[in-house]
Amino acid sequence: MELESWLVSTVARSLAFSTPLLWAALGEIYAERSGVVNLGVEGMMILGAIAGFMAAQTTGSPLLGIVAAASVGGLAGLLHAFIAITLRADQYVSGLALTILGLGLAGLVGRAYVGVPLSNPMQAVTVPGVTSLPVVGPALFTGQHLLTYAGLIVAVLLSVLLFTTRLGVVIRSAGESPAATDALGINVIKVRYLCVVFGGVMAGIAGAYLSLAYRPSWTEGMTAGMGWIALAIVIFAAWRPVRAIFAAFIFGACFHLAFRLQEVFPPEFLQMLPYLVTILSLTLIALGRGGRQAGAPAALGVPYTRGER
Amino acid sequence: MLEAPPAPFPLLSAHALSKRFPGVVAVDNVSLELRAGEVHALLGENGAGKTTLISMLYGLVPPDEGYVSLFGEPVRLRAPKDAIARGVGLVAQHFMLVSRHTVAENIALGLPGTPFFRPTRRLKRRILELGKRYGLNVDPNAYVYELSAGEQQRVEIMKALVRNAKILILDEPTGVLTPQEADGLFEVVRRMKGEGHGVIFITHKLGEVLDVADRITVLRKGAVVGTLPREGADATTLARMMIGRDVVLSRVASAPPRPGLVLELSGVSARNDRGVVVLKDISFRLREGEILGVAGVAGNGQLELAEVLTGHRHVTAGSVSLAGRELGRASIRETFERGVAHIPEERNGVGVVPGLSVGENLALRHYRYPPFSRGGLLNAAATQRFAEASVREYGVSTPSLQTRTGRLSGGNIQKLVLARELSERPGGAVKLVVAAHPTYGLDIGATEQTHRMLVGERDRGAGVLLISEDLEELFRLSHRIIVMFGGKVMGIVEAEGADRGLVGLMMAGGTPKGTYA
Ligand SMILES: Nc1ncnc2c1ncn2[C@@H]1O[C@H](COP(=O)(O)OP(=O)(O)OP(=O)(O)O)[C@@H](O)[C@H]1O
Ligand SMILES: [Mg+2]
Repeated sequence: MELESWLVSTVARSLAFSTPLLWAALGEIYAERSGVVNLGVEGMMILGAIAGFMAAQTTGSPLLGIVAAASVGGLAGLLHAFIAITLRADQYVSGLALTILGLGLAGLVGRAYVGVPLSNPMQAVTVPGVTSLPVVGPALFTGQHLLTYAGLIVAVLLSVLLFTTRLGVVIRSAGESPAATDALGINVIKVRYLCVVFGGVMAGIAGAYLSLAYRPSWTEGMTAGMGWIALAIVIFAAWRPVRAIFAAFIFGACFHLAFRLQEVFPPEFLQMLPYLVTILSLTLIALGRGGRQAGAPAALGVPYTRGER
Repeated sequence: MLEAPPAPFPLLSAHALSKRFPGVVAVDNVSLELRAGEVHALLGENGAGKTTLISMLYGLVPPDEGYVSLFGEPVRLRAPKDAIARGVGLVAQHFMLVSRHTVAENIALGLPGTPFFRPTRRLKRRILELGKRYGLNVDPNAYVYELSAGEQQRVEIMKALVRNAKILILDEPTGVLTPQEADGLFEVVRRMKGEGHGVIFITHKLGEVLDVADRITVLRKGAVVGTLPREGADATTLARMMIGRDVVLSRVASAPPRPGLVLELSGVSARNDRGVVVLKDISFRLREGEILGVAGVAGNGQLELAEVLTGHRHVTAGSVSLAGRELGRASIRETFERGVAHIPEERNGVGVVPGLSVGENLALRHYRYPPFSRGGLLNAAATQRFAEASVREYGVSTPSLQTRTGRLSGGNIQKLVLARELSERPGGAVKLVVAAHPTYGLDIGATEQTHRMLVGERDRGAGVLLISEDLEELFRLSHRIIVMFGGKVMGIVEAEGADRGLVGLMMAGGTPKGTYA
C-alpha cells in the first residue's frame, strides 16, 4: 500500500513535470525538422512564463494568459527566425543570445511580481469515468492540468501532420534538402519561418504552464534549465513527436525523483540527475546503430541561400 | 521516327542573357532557341557557363540582362515554381533529391493537386503509368538513399514528367551512368522528342552529342561560339570550338611495365561501414610503370578497394604489400608518407576542403613537415612558394591563392588535387597512384591533361591503379584491366586488343564462360 501510493504520486508528479518539457520539445522538433536549430528555448519559455503571468494577473483569465504567452513566445521565435533565416547569422549564437535576452528581460519585467501569488490560477481537472481504475486512475487522471492532456493530444496530431500530410513532407524536406525543396517551387524561407515561430509559440505555452498552473506565481529563473532539457529531448526522441512524450516523461521523472529522494541521497547528486541522464542518453544515441532514420535533419543549422556553392 | 508538326514558335528562347559573378562573367549575351521535338545539346569547357545558363532558364538564378520566352511569350522567372508551372523540368548536375524520403514523397513534394492527407496515395499509379510510357523504371516506395545514381536520375526525370514538363533540361546526365543506363536515358529522350517536347542536354561526351542531338550550341567563357545542326558537326570540329585548339584522345602508347612490384594484394577482404563484406578475396599485382584499370559498375567494391590502399579502411583478411613492405594497419598519413597518392572519387568533399583557400588546400598534406612547419609553427613563406609552384606547374586557373576552393570549376579543383597528391613527400617520390574516376565531370581539355599527368607518373616508374566507369578511358590508358563485380575480381584482361563485350559481360556478373557468378 505504501509502495502503491508512492508509485501513484511519483507517476502523477512526473507527468505534471513532463508537461512543459513536452510542449517546448514539440515546438523545437518542428523548428529543427525544417532545418533551424533554436537554442533559445529556455529564453522563449521564460518570456512565456512572465507574459502569461502578467496577462492572467491583470485580466484574471488564465486563458488570456496562455494566449499572451504563446504570442510573446512566437515573437521571440520570430526574432530568431529573422536573425537565423533572413540574416543567415549563426543559429547557435543567435539562439544562445535569445536565451540570455529572455532570462534578463523576464527578470527585469517581472520584478514587481516576485512572490505575488496568481489570483486566479488554472484549475486542475479530473477525467470523469476513469479515476476509479486502480493506480492508473489516481496517477494519470486526477489532479492534472488540461495543458498536460492537451500536450499529449497535440503530440499525436503533430506526428500525424509531420508524417502523413503534404505539409509534413514539405517541412521535412526543407530540413533535409532545402535546395531540392526550393527547386520544386516551395518557399523554403517561409516554411522555416513558420516552423521557428511555431516553436516559439509552443515554448511560450510551456512557460505559461509553469507560471499559471504548475506553480502559479512568478519567480525569477523559474524555468530552471528546462529549455535545455527540451533540446535534449528533441534528440533523444529522434525528432519524432510521439517519442517526445516518452522522452519528456523520463526526464520529468528524473526531476521529480531528484526532489523526492532528497532524504536518501545528497541533494547535489540528485540535482545532477536529469543532466546526467541527458549526457548518458545522448552518448547512447551517438553510439547506437540508429541507422539513417535516427539522425538529425541533414540540413540542420545550415542557412539556405539559393544558388550558393 | 515520326516528326512532330512544326510549332509556330520555339518552345523556349533565351534573349541575350548575361550573368556576372564577382570576378567572372559566367554567361555573356547568350541567345538560344529550343524548338518543338528537338534535342539541343550544350557543349563547353568546365566553367563555360552551361549550368549558370540553364539555371536562368529554370528561375534559379535571375539574369543580369536579357530575358526568357516560353512558348512564344516573354516571361519573368522569379523562382523555379514559375518555370515549373510553365512546363520546364530540370535534372540538375547535382541531384536535388531528399535522400531520406521515399521516391513517391520526393515526387509529391510541392506538386499541385495532391491531397493533404497521404499526398502520395494517388501518385503511385501515375508514376507507374508514366514509367511504362517512357520506359522509366522507378519504385515509388523505395527510399532515395537506397538507389544508385542512375535510379536517382530516373526519379528526377519522373519528377519533371509528373509535372507535365514539355521542356526537359538535363545537366550532365550521363556522367554517373553505366553504359546501359545511358542507353535507357537516351530512349527516354527520344520518346519525349517523339511527343513534340524539347530537351536541352549538357554533356562533355562528344559521342553522345552526335548520337542524340539535333542541334548543338557551343559555349566558351560564357559566350556562344556557334550553333550547328547535327549534320554539320563532327567530333573534331566541336572539340576545336569548345577549347579553341585540337585535342586528340587516343590510346596512349606505352612501354611494357618494369619488373619491380609496386603493389601486391593477396586474398584481401574488407567490410563497409555497415559491416557488410564488400571486398572478397581480392588478389592482384601492380608493377612499376604500369597502369592497371579497374572496371565495374559503381558500388561493386571499387571505392572500398581504393580506401584499403590509402589507409581509409583496414582489411579483415589477406594482405597488402606496398613496394615489398606489408601495409598492415597503416594510417592515411602513413600511406601518404610511404608514397601513395590518392585522387579520391569525391573531389569536393574528400579531395579538397571547399571552404579553405587554394593555397591552404595545396598544403593540406605537407603542412606538418619541414620546411612547411617547424616546431609546430607554420612557415607561411614556404607554403606560399609551394602553392605558387604547384599552381604554375599544374595550370590551376584561379583568381588568387586566397580564393575559396569551392568557387573553382571542377577541372581546376581536380588539377589542384593532382598537384597536391603527385608532389614529393618526406618519404620520397610517389610510388602508387590510386585514382578513382579522375575525369568525372571534366571537359575534354581537362581530361586530356589529367590523363597526361597519370601517364607521366607511369613513365616515371610509379604504378597507377585507375578506377573508372568510363570504358573508353580504361582502354585508352591501361595495360591491363581488372573487372570487379559484387566485391570480387571477375577477371583480368590485357587492354590491348581486349574484347569489350567480354568486359561488359563481366561487369554485369558474367564469367568468361558465360555462367553467372
Ligand atoms: N554562385 C556562384 N558564385 C560565384 N561564381 C560562380 C557561381 N556559380 C558559378 N560561378 C562561376 O561561373 C562560371 C560558370 O560556371 P558554371 O557552373 O555555369 O560552368 P559549367 O559550364 O556548368 O561548368 P562544368 O562543366 O564544370 O559544370 C565559373 O567560372 C564559376 O566559377
Ligand atoms: Mg555545370
